[in-house]
Amino acid sequence: MLDVVRRPRRKGGGAVPFSALFWRLPGLRSLLLLTPPLAWFVVIYFASLVLLLITAFWTIDPFTAQIIQVWNTDNFARIIQEPAYRDIIGRTLLLAALVTLTDALLAFPFAYYMARIASRRMQTFLFAAVLLPLWASYLARVYAWILILNHSGVLNWSLQSIGLPPANIGYTNVAMWVVFSYIWLPFMIVPAYAALERVPESLLEAAGDLGARRWRAVRDVVLPLALPGVVAGSIFTFSLTLGDYITPVLVGGAGSTFIGNVVFNNIGIANNIPFAAALSMVPVAIMAVYLVVAYRLGAFEAM
Amino acid sequence: MEGFWTRVLLRLWVALILVFLFTPIVLIFLYAFNTSNIQSWPIPGLTLKWFSATIDDADIRSSLALSLQVGLIATAVALVLGSCAAFAIHRMTWFGKEVVSLMFVLPLALPGIITGISLNAFFSFGGVQLSTLTIIVGHTTFCIVVVYNNVLARLRRTQGSLVEAAMDLGANGFQVFRDITLPLIATAVVAGAMLAFALSFDEVIVTTFTAGAQNTLPLWIFGAIRLGQRLPEVNVVVSFVILVTIIPVVIAARLTGGGGAARVPAAR
Repeated sequence: MLDVVRRPRRKGGGAVPFSALFWRLPGLRSLLLLTPPLAWFVVIYFASLVLLLITAFWTIDPFTAQIIQVWNTDNFARIIQEPAYRDIIGRTLLLAALVTLTDALLAFPFAYYMARIASRRMQTFLFAAVLLPLWASYLARVYAWILILNHSGVLNWSLQSIGLPPANIGYTNVAMWVVFSYIWLPFMIVPAYAALERVPESLLEAAGDLGARRWRAVRDVVLPLALPGVVAGSIFTFSLTLGDYITPVLVGGAGSTFIGNVVFNNIGIANNIPFAAALSMVPVAIMAVYLVVAYRLGAFEAM
Repeated sequence: MEGFWTRVLLRLWVALILVFLFTPIVLIFLYAFNTSNIQSWPIPGLTLKWFSATIDDADIRSSLALSLQVGLIATAVALVLGSCAAFAIHRMTWFGKEVVSLMFVLPLALPGIITGISLNAFFSFGGVQLSTLTIIVGHTTFCIVVVYNNVLARLRRTQGSLVEAAMDLGANGFQVFRDITLPLIATAVVAGAMLAFALSFDEVIVTTFTAGAQNTLPLWIFGAIRLGQRLPEVNVVVSFVILVTIIPVVIAARLTGGGGAARVPAAR
């Protein structure tokens, strides 16, 4: 009996008791492995987030610009009371919603073709064609649109060559809508495609056997089943637009200030970290609500 | 099957979306060869002169060096920490698993500005001067998530029975890791590192909040575009950044059969 229990001794066998210990106590191994990354996250990232939350309830002395560490809700009151901040939050939300809707409309037929009609090779090609722009530099793609939309850019040149008047949409909210929709489109296509691919063809055939026309089958069978994928994509398009401040600076105009721009200015120029912290809680709160709704709609399984 | 006209319309739609997706990228590359220093369309001719001007520019060279330094160090640290996290979470069974795994994806789930501003508040509160080190800390935080996601996805698809078989045959812990686990997950680890580097090399939001006086390449680009200065050089630099971010992603996609690169990187 003892022979079975005793492990064979080998060269460098010092590791044997250890590995045996880890095998019997997988929790111990997990703990050892988990400690360094967890420490990084808790000490740096989580502490930062908690500090941000606390800072939001502090204020700064208007004369010395020193942080006064007294618990109060002045920052939040200011955000709610001043119409300027309400406008900015409203604009950011509206544009995020508009971009999400635009991307869903653009992406769905594309993803549908990819998942249900395209051949295997075509599928691979289209998948790569979506992933390349997704990864190609964010700044580069925003910048490309500055070149396209500016007064003597490709857009006006094209309009002119077909005899239309120039469109001066550069540095407006319309430009932001176009650019955001462009930049986040791949983030909508990928999950929508993944969801559509999982809808079995047999369901559509069954719907057809029961007398549904193709469009009806798509509307009543495919669309509800693909919805979690679109919602998963919308998490990205919505959250990324909500938190952006680079695109408003580069392609927006005078009336294009986003939540992120105010946050950034309060960190840099105004040096009012407590107010910036309070304002940054707005997108966090909105995203928290959004994620709960998305979870209910089954978006997390679709990711 | 869809009717004939539905298919024709869908095909047309796909073609239009592809044109929409790729026109801006192709244009950027064309503008990099623009003979004029005025950015208007059509470009009058093609030249290579901005390439040499860009290479000779000391600001651009030092920003590039910093971006490479930050990207390589952040990726290296994230490689170790992200893999550790993935291994631990994969084996964990207790109730805290959900909480911890949620925590590891938080930097990608929250808007980049939140990660940026909270790190900024953290450093300024702790009296840490913003420097190259703080940029690296910021980048490492979201790079860990990328590596973690890739390695964990592979571990979930790997059969535990292989490890058990090796142990039954007398392999010790180290041998199992070297001969079984590592070959199975190596491509996922490399893919994770590639994607982490690509993300770091192009990152601008977290960087603006964690950088002091130093410029990474994206910060240089952002500054130049905002001021409308040195746009001919911007065209060249931006084309270069596209290539540098695309190449590792293509490698990563090859290594993971497309899955890795599709695990959407939302750290922007």
